[in-house]
Amino acid sequence: MLESADPKVAPNAIAAAVEAETPSEETYKKRGIGVFAWISIGWIVFIVVIAFLAPVLPLKSPMIGDYAHPNAAAFSPGHLLGSDASGRDVLSRVIWGARASLLLAVGSVLFGVLIGGLLGLIAGFRGRTTDTVLSGGFNILLAFPQLVLALTLVSVLAPLKTESNGAPPAPHEWAHRILVVILAVGIVSIPILARITRASAISWTQREFVMAARAQGASERRVMFREVLPNVLPAMLSIALLGVAIVLVLEGALAVFGVSIQEPNPSWGNMIYSQLSDLSASPAVWIVPSLLIFLTVLALNYLGDVVRSRFDVRESVL
Amino acid sequence: MQVVARRLIQLVVVLLVVTFFTSILTALLPGDPVTTIAPFSSAQDRATLRQQLHLNENVVERYGQWLANFSTGNMGREYAGNGIRGTDIWGRIKDTLPRSLTLMLYVQILTLLIAVPLGVYTAYRAGSRVDDVANGIAFFLLSIPIYVAATLMLLFLSVQHHLLPSEGWVSITTNPVEHFKHLVMPVLAITLGQIAVYARLLRTDMVATLQEDFILMAKSKGISERRVLWRHALRPSSLTLLTVAGLNVGTLIGGALIVEVIFHLNGLGFAIYDAISRRQYIALQDYIAVIAIVYVLVNFAVDALYHVLDPRIRGARIG
Amino acid sequence: MIRRKRPAAPGTERFADAPLDGSLLEIEDVKTQFQTERGLVHAVDGVSFSLERGKTIGIVGESGCGKSVLSRSIMGLLPSNVVRHGSIRFEGHEIGSATGNQMRPYWGTQMAMVFQDPMTSLNPVMRIGNQITESLRVHFDVTKEYAEETALSLLTSVGIPEAERRLREYPHQLSGGMRQRVMIAIALACGPKLLFADEPTTALDVTVQAQILDLLKQQQQERYMAMVLVTHDLGVVAGRTDDIAVMYAGRIVERAPTRSLFEQTRHPYTEALLKSIPKLAMPSHSRLDAIAGRPPDLVKVPPGCKFAARCPYAQPKCLTDEPPLIDPDVPGHSYRCFFPVGSQAGADALGRNLAAGETATGLPVRKEGEAVLTGVAV
Repeated sequence: MLESADPKVAPNAIAAAVEAETPSEETYKKRGIGVFAWISIGWIVFIVVIAFLAPVLPLKSPMIGDYAHPNAAAFSPGHLLGSDASGRDVLSRVIWGARASLLLAVGSVLFGVLIGGLLGLIAGFRGRTTDTVLSGGFNILLAFPQLVLALTLVSVLAPLKTESNGAPPAPHEWAHRILVVILAVGIVSIPILARITRASAISWTQREFVMAARAQGASERRVMFREVLPNVLPAMLSIALLGVAIVLVLEGALAVFGVSIQEPNPSWGNMIYSQLSDLSASPAVWIVPSLLIFLTVLALNYLGDVVRSRFDVRESVL
Repeated sequence: MQVVARRLIQLVVVLLVVTFFTSILTALLPGDPVTTIAPFSSAQDRATLRQQLHLNENVVERYGQWLANFSTGNMGREYAGNGIRGTDIWGRIKDTLPRSLTLMLYVQILTLLIAVPLGVYTAYRAGSRVDDVANGIAFFLLSIPIYVAATLMLLFLSVQHHLLPSEGWVSITTNPVEHFKHLVMPVLAITLGQIAVYARLLRTDMVATLQEDFILMAKSKGISERRVLWRHALRPSSLTLLTVAGLNVGTLIGGALIVEVIFHLNGLGFAIYDAISRRQYIALQDYIAVIAIVYVLVNFAVDALYHVLDPRIRGARIG
Repeated sequence: MIRRKRPAAPGTERFADAPLDGSLLEIEDVKTQFQTERGLVHAVDGVSFSLERGKTIGIVGESGCGKSVLSRSIMGLLPSNVVRHGSIRFEGHEIGSATGNQMRPYWGTQMAMVFQDPMTSLNPVMRIGNQITESLRVHFDVTKEYAEETALSLLTSVGIPEAERRLREYPHQLSGGMRQRVMIAIALACGPKLLFADEPTTALDVTVQAQILDLLKQQQQERYMAMVLVTHDLGVVAGRTDDIAVMYAGRIVERAPTRSLFEQTRHPYTEALLKSIPKLAMPSHSRLDAIAGRPPDLVKVPPGCKFAARCPYAQPKCLTDEPPLIDPDVPGHSYRCFFPVGSQAGADALGRNLAAGETATGLPVRKEGEAVLTGVAV
């Protein structure tokens, strides 16, 4: 019935009913995504570009300390953001650290989205036994507290520095560690991404156009990838954005336990951790990366929310 | 009763799988536990130790042995540089688990106390200035990582101004005031982000509920708006919140882990971290098994609460 | 705040404190407008009528004609972003511009509403007994036991068997008909003088509809209430109301005592409504005369008569001038039409249109046997 009992719904229902059959474009005014969303996108692009350009920017070395100026305050000559206890330039470390942290965050989410997303899509699309088995797997993984699982996986997959000979890690070890953390965090994120994708896949699979495609003789795989997947993508995009934010934070948590990127290579997380023992000396060392994590996470959270509400609205009007 | 039995079976299955998975993982932990425990002992002592730790057997046998021990309450010993004797794991669990649980309980209570009224009010005034501001603040809060919040508080409240102690655990029976003083920062660090999440969640549900017909009907009976909000709208809207609260135990444990390390609270989280870094796989399995039990029990309780809150689910059985 | 010292007793009663002369409810030129993205929706556009205690008025119209909005407007149940104009007088007191807070003492005790869908209008997580006793305990100074006793007798009086058991149950445990009875019990709990029944049977099975309508009638008579029965179904109001007001596009287009409305229909819309009801006497497979077209836009309201676009009698005058609501022939039977049904002007208008094959608005019209059909032939 067009005239529902709720007066709040009534005006729109009446308006819609009395208009022509298809609502005109002006009904959904093409609203932009808002100034905050653009700021968020701008910030993220900025950070990514800077991190990408790290090798070619005129930065001091992030790992070799300027022993003449340890614990320099921000804005002191030669050190725009100050230096840490060993005299290493904070600005440079923060930018190189951005590389590591972002690489890690994006890498693990990609891993999680690719594998978790695929598994979730299959589980939701196929249903029945496939779904029961896969979902069972997801639920078991979810029974582990995230951080604990991540910690265990990282420890399993890569030895701690204390077990090597004590020298600074070689570049290939840095890459190795990043890969390890990506793998560990990626695995941890699989069940959540899979669940969300599965839920979305289930609701889309039940739609008529999927039935129609099947009725036309399209193979299961084709239907899954051509019909269901494109519709599931917005949900995945939104959760991926939130996922990057979560992993960025998680990297810091791992650093608190000392299993993230190893010293002296910088990451946002381990810069914060390195100062836990002596907080008041050179606060810039941990305030700057904290601020950067916070701003980036804020931007990502906001964008994730915007993406989600955008696509939700489309859903309900249709 | 059928439901209870089903849940119990679920509990057991989850526990078995989780702990088996853990044992595989820990078996993969590099490094030899024996050398970590007793690096300077004689070959004979080491052989005995190996025997005791069942290190000569394969993964499945080791797991079976562990399972047999665990189910009979024998949790083994943990070796942390105390020499070959080691410390009793069960003892450590008895000390640390209540602390972690207390911490998580405080967090949950404080979060609900603040988030529920906030969620209700912002839903009631949805679209208003207050709502927008609250939403903005919520975003702000949930973007602050727990360790950042903890570190900031540590710096300002403890290091610079000496208002609160920076570490350690004081039991409530020993000294209630100190007990709470030591826990203010750790609890707050976790709670801030949680409040934002819960309040937004509740708000979404409430806004949807407030559009329902029965709310208008309640209003037409002449009862006050406040009563409509709290007695009629809140209950059906709290289901999502409840589900999330249950699933959130994992996040809470992670959070507890972090603050336990930062604030040196000797809880279960810290014990796990300890076990991982010292390759104490038996201890690790015991701890994880305990956490898995807690997790499943909490979700069990959440399910039961569901039935209480929403009689439609209850009705399915009577029906 | 109205607070009676003596709580309402259940069952039959007459209120001695009601004014014996003058109407219980008088509304005059009531307009209700909503602000939406598309603009200002004129949901109710100038409605007037009066109602006395013990009488029933039926408000009939299609979906979107504003009838539900009207009853909520009179009660004042609409959200605060809705604008009301016009005068609404209840027992002589002007309540047309009252706020929610000012109206609250009236709700439940003076006026109450029975809603359309009992499944969604009852709180699913609250016991039936509590939903009834709640309004008693909020409005009156009663003990829990007294409230429960009252609830019990209310349930019995609305015809619910095993009332004792039902008090403890939840809405989903009852059938649709029983839920609606509960809804009625809730509405009557505090003994209101005015009852709005907003499509009370639409969500129910046909077999149950008559029972509920009879129940409403019975309660109304016993309690000497005034009742506003809102529906889209003329069959519901036939024989159960004293007066009927037919609404279209936010206005009343015809208002008459029930019998007159059916026997001496004046407005083309009413005529069309009557024709579209299937009757048992009709042979099977008879074509139903649906009314072609759609209700007009309530935001950009077209000039002239609102029904013109769908009316087989439409003439050029109907496009420019809005007919006033008047009762020139029979006092008490008012209608809004220049070329009413059953009049010479109307017959001439129809004849002209049939000859031309279309009305002044371009609506095709033709005759098939006895029936006059509008719109494109299917």
